[in-house]
Amino acid sequence: MSPDAASDKSFTVAEGSGPHATDVTIIGAGPCGLFAVFELGLLDLKCHLVDILDRPGGQCAELYPEKPIYDIPAVPICTGQELTDRLMEQIAPFDPVFHLNQMAEKLEKLEDGTWRLTTDTGTVIDSKVIVIAAGGGSFVPKKPPIPGIDAFEGTSVFYAVRKMEQFRGKRLIIAGGGDSALDWTLNLQPLAESVTLVHRRDEFRAAPDSVNKMRALVAERKMTLEIAQISGLQGEDGQLTGVVFKDKERGEWSMPCDMLLPFYGLTMKLGPVAEFGLNLEQNLIPVDTEKFETSTPGIFAIGDINTYRGKLKLILSGFHEAALMSQAAVRIVHPDKKIRFQYTTSSTDLQQKLGVA
Amino acid sequence: MKINVTDRDGGEHEVEATKGWRVMEIIREAGLPITAECGGACACATCHVYVADDWWDKLEPRGEEENDMLDLAFEVQENSRLSCQIMFDESLDGLKVTLAPE
Repeated sequence: MSPDAASDKSFTVAEGSGPHATDVTIIGAGPCGLFAVFELGLLDLKCHLVDILDRPGGQCAELYPEKPIYDIPAVPICTGQELTDRLMEQIAPFDPVFHLNQMAEKLEKLEDGTWRLTTDTGTVIDSKVIVIAAGGGSFVPKKPPIPGIDAFEGTSVFYAVRKMEQFRGKRLIIAGGGDSALDWTLNLQPLAESVTLVHRRDEFRAAPDSVNKMRALVAERKMTLEIAQISGLQGEDGQLTGVVFKDKERGEWSMPCDMLLPFYGLTMKLGPVAEFGLNLEQNLIPVDTEKFETSTPGIFAIGDINTYRGKLKLILSGFHEAALMSQAAVRIVHPDKKIRFQYTTSSTDLQQKLGVA
Repeated sequence: MKINVTDRDGGEHEVEATKGWRVMEIIREAGLPITAECGGACACATCHVYVADDWWDKLEPRGEEENDMLDLAFEVQENSRLSCQIMFDESLDGLKVTLAPE
């Protein structure tokens, strides 16, 4: 195993929609899902992971990649990204397969007892065991609380750009001050009829280079910048005709618009996991504390998404849960196998799996 | 010590407050609906509140990080704060905040 694996960011991304067959399917590639690969791997179980984000790490990668974490045992300080990188390095010997940019959508049991998981992009993964390590749920775009916005979503209001062509010749309003807002402003400006960027203040978190390019376009009158907030939408039957802006000095005014693209970051929603038929308590999944199994045999839940008496939402608790879950999972995948408990310190067998012996 | 929280339906709640806690934690402990997704890391803007005018000057000013993160909130006003960035102490006994829409 190359010691550079983590710094290379090299890991296996699934090809094709499957059906893929593996021992364990892990929903969520945050720290707990990643460490589960390690514990399951020591027991010779192979894993596929599904995650809505475009990279592993979950909240550590999305919410606080640069924030320090001080309570990982024996690691006095590391950032969210460093923790992710270290976990990726640690699990590299087990070569897990990642299905990124997709959300676990449907779970069904096949006749032979195998679980079949289908994602929203049509990927199918079959396995004997499901581990839900989905944290606070799927990261989805934050929706502005503008009255009536639902009626325009998918026709005039878009939280992501999938096909740039659909914005050709349109009058666009883009909202936000981060990289997504600025990048799409710059990318869509050449093909749109008009582009207006609206942001609450005349300062931007986005990369300075993008901000400079945007300001140059404004200076050349190729786009407009409004320092304001959106207070309403105009239009009917899903077709926007205008967006109402407001600010303290000017009050409210409207601007004609065909399409609105709000970029206010991501939030977490439980999503389709709620439809998997599991017991739920306040959007958390109750588990036992011996195996961290849900109300459905063969489906486990670890990390922030589970609940039990005394639960603490700590990464280190999720690691413990992953270890105990793995002992139960191997008995489901290999019911007749005698399971030996071993230490990495002394077991040549485990050291060979890790590629160090 | 107490703080006064107005919820999104206009309901008013007088809530027990503890010195050294973040205002977000005080609101959450009281069982009021505050998402506080990142748990207080100033990384998500889901603990957005409006501070009553007569209390604004008693608060430490917004930090740069908090101001950046407010870009991810909605209906941001001059009296907007992320409640995870307000440390409660005696000087804030009686503080009035309103939960922002989300």
